[in-house]
Amino acid sequence: MKKLQKFLDIAAILLIVAGLYMAFMFAPMERVMGAVQKIFYFHVASAWIAFFAFFVTFVFSILFLVKQNFLFDDIAESSAEIGIMFCTIVLITGPIWARPIWGVWWTWDPRLTTTTILWFIYAGYIMLRKFIEEADKRAKFAAAIGIIGFIDVPIVFFSIRWWRTIHPNVVQKGGGGLHPDMLKAMLFAILAFSVLYAAMMLKRVRIASLARRIDALGENNG
Amino acid sequence: MKYLNTISAIVRKDVLHELKSREIVVSMLLFSVLTVVVFSFIFEPGSQFKNEVVGGILWMSFVFAGILGLNKSMMSEVTGGNFSALLLAPVDRSAIFFGKAVSNFIFIAMVEIFTIPLFMVLYNVNIFAYGAMPVVIFFLGTYGFAILGTLFSIISVNTRTREVMLPLLLLPIIVPIILSSVQALNIYILGHDPADASKWLQLLAAFDAIFTVVVFAVFDFIVED
Repeated sequence: MKKLQKFLDIAAILLIVAGLYMAFMFAPMERVMGAVQKIFYFHVASAWIAFFAFFVTFVFSILFLVKQNFLFDDIAESSAEIGIMFCTIVLITGPIWARPIWGVWWTWDPRLTTTTILWFIYAGYIMLRKFIEEADKRAKFAAAIGIIGFIDVPIVFFSIRWWRTIHPNVVQKGGGGLHPDMLKAMLFAILAFSVLYAAMMLKRVRIASLARRIDALGENNG
Repeated sequence: MKYLNTISAIVRKDVLHELKSREIVVSMLLFSVLTVVVFSFIFEPGSQFKNEVVGGILWMSFVFAGILGLNKSMMSEVTGGNFSALLLAPVDRSAIFFGKAVSNFIFIAMVEIFTIPLFMVLYNVNIFAYGAMPVVIFFLGTYGFAILGTLFSIISVNTRTREVMLPLLLLPIIVPIILSSVQALNIYILGHDPADASKWLQLLAAFDAIFTVVVFAVFDFIVED
């Protein structure tokens, strides 16, 4: 476990440095948007990790309810915390990119709005965990939110998409034709952030398990 | 059959309790009418844009009043220890949950029945001008709100902060309900083609069906000790 931890730490650092090289040196400069487009690589990679992290929370919430193993609860909690951090990065890098390109910091585009709602759902999840004393109740209630919140996300997305198609004056994201080198840089950024996620998860789950052990010791002696 | 008996017994208990105390529905009703009145200050009297926002105002008044009522309803269960006693009863636990959800639905529906006519008078809109379809919107929207609201109120009264947690958990999750109910209602208020509303009604129905199943599956796990 220690060896894996060390390996992941070093790999994450090296890959992120390499990812910076890929984004700033290797990938060509975007003709219209210029240098600000470089934020795209980290924006997309963060979004990918955020969604993946919340999916992990969803899966381990179900596993916890079925198996009642508190390690699964630790994993769900850790992944939600790391997920909300990446989700915050998405919500900060998005407007920085949008301001010079779309002319506004914010639009009520389905993806933006869904990501914001997602942020609030998991902010609630983390707050809930802080406000319940009994470990057993905390884990079960949090698992319910972890499951319901994740199932809700696609419904939120579709409802907002329908809403926006009724009001067609939305700024459309210029998607499609990505330069192959840009695609490589993007995939590399996703790889680098995935390894970073794994490295952080390993540490965070360990902290959660230790915190749970300390709580148990306190209860036995108190 | 036994399942339905359990649900109806819990609903009967809640309705009787409410008829005696009148605590939940009256405070919710006052709050929802107050919201409707206070929100009228967001536009000039007789403004052109009035009809575009009044549907949203009506729904927000139900959501805010609903959160108030859900907290009150669950607090009175927990403070007397009644909820723990119910869970000890040799009946299906999800029946207890759906009993509570049905009572909450009835309370919110009562509030709606009184608020909607007042709303129509105060804002000079007739939401039933094109038939009784808006009733279906209110039914589906309120049902989804009651199902998730009941579950989350059980969770929130068990936290240290009690009532504060409920809106924080519930509001982001019910975004699809708020959005589709408001959009469907706006079609009737603005006199657009009623066929457009069917899409939103389908979304509401799908939301209700999905979360009825999910809550049914999850509830047993989260309350067992």
